[in-house]
Amino acid sequence: MPEGRPPRVAPLWRRWLKGFGAFWWDFLVGDTPEILIGVLVVIGAVALIAKAASLNTLAVIAFPLLVVAVLGGSLVWAGRAKD
Amino acid sequence: MHTTTSSVTLAVAVFLASGVESVEALTIIVAAGVSRGWRSALEGMAAALVVLTLLVGALGPALVYLVPINVLRVVVGGLLLVFGLQWLRKAVLRAVGLKAKHDEDAIFKRHVEALSPGGDEQTGQSDSRPGKRGRATRDAAGFAVAFKGTFLEGLEVVIIVLGLGGGDHQLGLASASAAAAIVVVGGIGLAVARQLANVPENAMKTVVGLMLVSFGTFWTGEGLDVRWPGSDLAILVLVAAYAVVTWALMRLMRPSALPTDQERAHA
Repeated sequence: MPEGRPPRVAPLWRRWLKGFGAFWWDFLVGDTPEILIGVLVVIGAVALIAKAASLNTLAVIAFPLLVVAVLGGSLVWAGRAKD
Repeated sequence: MHTTTSSVTLAVAVFLASGVESVEALTIIVAAGVSRGWRSALEGMAAALVVLTLLVGALGPALVYLVPINVLRVVVGGLLLVFGLQWLRKAVLRAVGLKAKHDEDAIFKRHVEALSPGGDEQTGQSDSRPGKRGRATRDAAGFAVAFKGTFLEGLEVVIIVLGLGGGDHQLGLASASAAAAIVVVGGIGLAVARQLANVPENAMKTVVGLMLVSFGTFWTGEGLDVRWPGSDLAILVLVAAYAVVTWALMRLMRPSALPTDQERAHA
């Protein structure tokens, strides 16, 4: 760096925006992207069952089971990563 | 019309979730106070609380009155599901020893070391250079660390309050529960100095994770026109069902439940 020139600092609004984006990325994705993807897939599947096919009983049963499948899948993934 | 069951469950969920986040924020504030002086740490905490209050005041009514209820329920329900599943996953992994337990004492020591005179908060390293500021004066590092810690942990509380309170139009009850948790944790923190390691955080996180996932499932379903049997009582059934599954997963994933290397070799 040339002597005497102060280091470039990003404007405050850009640092805030970057921090805000980083917070949401960490909050929603973090080290478990499979949970976010799984939840989106589950919501899509339940929407199809409940709204498109009007199968309420199936939606009531399938929704918690799919959520459990997402949790189980993420735990198996974590367990394998440790091995 | 809200049933007593859903109101009580919501209040307990917000209280526990806010309590866990408050413990984490308090660890950072106490570390900043001990190492850089209480004045700056408390000012940083107060500034963050003001910003967070403004955030709830600005976003809360807009969320509750301007966004269609079904859209709100699917969005906040989805957020609660993601957040709750992340908490449950961590709780299970910690319970079976696949992830280190959240150690408030270790976190406290790390922050104190980094904030001590000559310490580097960014890298967590400390050197032997003497500090430039005394404890009686305002300290930028102490203020910034306390503000950041309170704001980030508080932002999670805000999301939980807006998510749980907004999804069921009970923002007042959710805010009051969060405030009560902050007061209780703050009071305990003052009373026991920094014995925060004694808080059974993993058990609390498991309960909060169960509640967030249950509320998330219920409201996302409501937003998608799923008609739950028993209406709001279905939340309790969901909590119980997810608790049984979580317990079963903890049993299944225990190291003793997994085959040893010898057993694997024989198989």
